[in-house]
Parts: sequence; structure tokens; C-alpha cells
Amino acid sequence: MTRPSTVSDDRRGDTATDPPASGPGTARKRDRQPRPGRGTVLAVFLAPALALFVLLVLAPIVVAGYASFFKWNGFGLPENFIGLDNYTRAFGDPTFRGDLWRGLVLVVLSLGVQLPVALALAMLLNQPLRGRAVYRLILFAPYVLSEVTTAVLFTLVFSPNRGLGEGVARWLGADAGTIFADPDTVLYAVFMVVSWKYFGLYMMLFLAARQGIPKELHEAAVTDGASAWQAFRHVTLPLLGPTIRISIFLSVIGTIQLFDMVWVLTGGGPIHSSETLAVTMYQFGFRRFEVGYASAISITMFLLSLVFALFYQRIVLRRDTAGAITTQGGQR
Amino acid sequence: MTAMASRAQRTRSVVLHLVCIAVGVLIVVPVYFGVLGGFKDNGQLSSNPLGWPDPWVPNYLEILGNGVFWRQLGNSLLIAVSSTLIVVGSAAMAAFVFARYAFRGREFLVTLFAIGLMFPFAVAILPLFVLLRSVGLLDNPLGVILPQAAFGLPITIIILRQFFRTIPAEVEEAAVLDGCSAFGFFWRVLLPMARPALATVSVLAIVTSWNNFMLPLVVFSDQSWWTLPVGVQAFQGQYADDTARVLAYVVLSMLPALGFYAVAERQLIGGLTGSVKG
Repeated sequence: MTRPSTVSDDRRGDTATDPPASGPGTARKRDRQPRPGRGTVLAVFLAPALALFVLLVLAPIVVAGYASFFKWNGFGLPENFIGLDNYTRAFGDPTFRGDLWRGLVLVVLSLGVQLPVALALAMLLNQPLRGRAVYRLILFAPYVLSEVTTAVLFTLVFSPNRGLGEGVARWLGADAGTIFADPDTVLYAVFMVVSWKYFGLYMMLFLAARQGIPKELHEAAVTDGASAWQAFRHVTLPLLGPTIRISIFLSVIGTIQLFDMVWVLTGGGPIHSSETLAVTMYQFGFRRFEVGYASAISITMFLLSLVFALFYQRIVLRRDTAGAITTQGGQR
Repeated sequence: MTAMASRAQRTRSVVLHLVCIAVGVLIVVPVYFGVLGGFKDNGQLSSNPLGWPDPWVPNYLEILGNGVFWRQLGNSLLIAVSSTLIVVGSAAMAAFVFARYAFRGREFLVTLFAIGLMFPFAVAILPLFVLLRSVGLLDNPLGVILPQAAFGLPITIIILRQFFRTIPAEVEEAAVLDGCSAFGFFWRVLLPMARPALATVSVLAIVTSWNNFMLPLVVFSDQSWWTLPVGVQAFQGQYADDTARVLAYVVLSMLPALGFYAVAERQLIGGLTGSVKG
């Protein structure tokens, strides 16, 4: 399990804002003079959130776990217990294995291309620049468009002999009409659209973090004779560490769960070459009614996210505050 | 010396502008192509993808004159507002308790909600669908509103809890001395004080709901409940060879999101950066 967020072992400097659960704060005072009906207050205030969360988030996940051991078409109760067969079938299936591989490719692209570009742009936009606010507004704008609208727009931009892509491609000497139809390029095309929508988010996170770094630090380094690059490398970058690590986390989790964009752009095709775990799950669950098998794919997705998160928290985030991690967009 | 420096500076700022403009162009051009494309017919799109429309084709008016688009806009709005009210209300109550009460099991519950951040719809969607079917919530907006609210709880609770912790204990003590009950303090003191944080989480919830696709896709088989993302996707399937018309539909469905962004940009960015800071 993740460690509770009030543990203050090797954390730096943020404990002041974070009263420990039973420290000399209000809590202890309140414990000394229990007010009548404290239990009632707790129950009343927690009830709505807990009810929603348990019924609509936890229960379905538990049910998915249970259903993944059955051959089940989603009607009636799951009765045909087949143990781990759904899982062995998945891992023997080239499409599913391909999903894992394609997920890995997307993660590598995202960490290798999207995040560095977002970081570089954030550093640029941190410079004094006339019209900076306008650039920021424009670069972040795609984030508010839904994945579906973005995907439909790009489908049309790259529609054969009618789109914008055609003209650009002719100019580059390529054939744009086919980048979503060619198994060799489709995954990169999908990645391009995903980046178009999301890089602004990461840029914004980096920019906010950069602006939270006191100017003096960078200036001091430069005064001491460091070049701009050295100052960035040894002062700014380490201070951006927590945000970079969270961004990597968001990016990986988001990639594991990618659905809308792929479903609308390509439906996973041609011949599964842009399919993701979520798309495969949807195909089996809602098209073929193999709900047991699709549940096994869901659970694999969940376990991948969970194992990655725990591992990441242990190894990488340990030095940062054990704080909130958002999925946005992620859906997000 | 100064002339040198200022020239170097000017060069640098020109380069910066060029880079920003280059990236800006990559963002703006597809949208610009879409907006203008909505005023063209398909012939113009292939012969003249980026130029001015000639003649102007009333694709937009056709769509706006037809009730389907408005209906989908209304559905999206109804679902976004309802699920935001539910998620912010119930998360605020829970966050209040998590922030200001010490009780056994608190950390466990907080951790449980935090782990919920990693539950995508995709993992729960199959059982959720079966559950909604068995209680008769398919083709009912509640079938989208309630699960969305439930999945939005973790992030909303985390942000609000952080904020509620910053309110000094003295404020609460004073309210209690004045005879406020816990509920009175929450309702009359805490929520009004938390207005900025509430605005932030509401904006996040609205944007998330507005863009949600998978859940409405499986819950609504009845077209009259479709939200904009589902509608756009269906429209594209229906008029696959009429690019200009689909462009017009996509652009119209982008406008509310972009308009909302223009108004609530600060809350949105504050929410995203605040939630990452943890």
C-alpha cells in the first residue's frame, strides 16, 4: 500500500503545513473533550462520498476481478468457472501481446519526445517575452478539447486528397492520406495527435514549477560563473525534479489507459496495428460479449497501473512529498 | 558593451518568438483549417484547403438549425453540471472530515481514495455496465452522472482537503464558541472561505465530464441522450465522405470548451498544478 501522507520521514521542509494526525493540533484538543455526536458528524459527512465510491468504483473493480475467472457473456451470473484460462489466453494472444508492446512504444515516445519538448518550451516561456501570455494560452488550449473532437479533427486534417495533410505531405514528399492507414506509421500518427493535445498540459505543469523556484538561486549560480546551461542543469533541473517525476507518472498511467483517441482515429486498425489494451477490452466486452475475457484484460490494465504506481512511489517518488497524483485527462 | 548586449538580447528574443510561433502554428493551423473548412464544400477542401472559402457554404447554419446539435449540447451541459454538483458536494463533506478530524481509520480511507486516482473507467466499465443494466439506469442520464461523480471523488477530495487544512483552528474554535455546530461551521464558515478551491475543483470536474466519452458511449444506446463527444463521433461515421459538414460539426462542438477555457483558464491551471503539488 502507499504510505499515509502524514508520514514525515525523509521529507523536506513541508511538514509545517501538514499537521500530523494526532499532534498538538486541534485534533488532540478535540479528543480531550469529545463533543456530543462526533461519531454522527463523521458518519453523516462521509456517507455520500463513501457510498458513491464503494458502489461505483470499488465494487465494479472487485466484480471485474471476479468475472475474469469465468467464461461469461455478461448476462445472468458468472457460473462457468475457468480459473486462469482467460489470462493464459490473453498472454497467448498476439493482439494482447501487441497491445503491451505498443503501450511500451507509446510510453517511450512520450517520455523521450513529448516531455522533453514540453520542458524546453516551458523554459522558453519562462523568459521575459512580449506576448508570453498569448503563447501560453494558445499552447495549452488543446488540452481542453476532448480526445474525441481532437481525433475527429485530425482524421479530417489527414483525410486522403481532401485535407490539409495532403498539401503539407506533398510539400514534404510523403503521402499523408495513408499515415493512419499504414500499419507501419499508424502508431506514430496516433502518438502525434496525443502529443498535440497533451504536451500543453506538461508544459503548463513545468512552467508553474519553474515559476515557483526563487530567482536568486539561478542568479547566484550565474554570478558564480556558471553558464546558462550549467545553471539550468545543476540548479533548475534538480528543483524541477518532483514535477518531472509526477509528469512521467501521469504520462505512463495515461498511456496504459488510452482509449478515446485510438477508438475514434483508427478503431485500433489497420489489422490491430494501433490497438491498445483498452480498445481490445472494449472490442471483446461490448462487441463480442466475451465479458469474462475482457475483464481479464481490464484487470491486467489495472494491475499494470497499480504495480507501476507502487514501484514508482517506492523507488522514485520516495524523495518527494508523498502527495497527490492526479489522473487527468487521463481519463482522463 | 551595452549595444552588444542589447543586440544579443534582441537576437535571442527574436529566436524565442520564432520558436513559440512555430509551435503555435502547429496548434492553430489544424483548428483554422477546421473553422474555415466548415464554410466550404468538399470540392473547395481538396482544391484549396487553406484559402478563403469561395463561395461560403452554410454548413454551420444547417447544423445550428437542426435540433440534434442543440440537444447534445444540452445533454452534455446537464450531465456536466449535475455530476459536478454531486462530486463537489460529497467530496467537500468528506474532505472536511479528513482535514479537521482525527479518527481511527482516517489514513486508511484517505489512502483508499488516493488509490482511486489510478482507476480508469476502462477497468470498471464492464461491471459498471452490467450493474447499470441490472438497476435500469441504461439510457438514463443518472447512469453517467453518478459513476462520473464517483470517479471524480479522489482528485476532488485531495485538493479540497489540502485547502481545508490551511484554515486556522482558531476560526473553527471561534465558530464553535459562537454556538456553531459542526454542520453550521462547514456550511456557513468553511464553504464560503473555500470558494476559490471550490471553483478550481468545479472547473476540473466540468472539463472532465464534458470530455468523457467511454461511459456515455456504452450507457446511451438511445440517441436522444447522446452527449457531444458521442454525437461528434456518430456524425463522423454517418457523413464519412462529407468532410466539410463533419468539420463544421466538430468546430461547433469545440466552441463551448474553448469558450469555457477562455473564462476559467486560471482555475483550470490552478487545479492541475495544485493537484500535482500534492
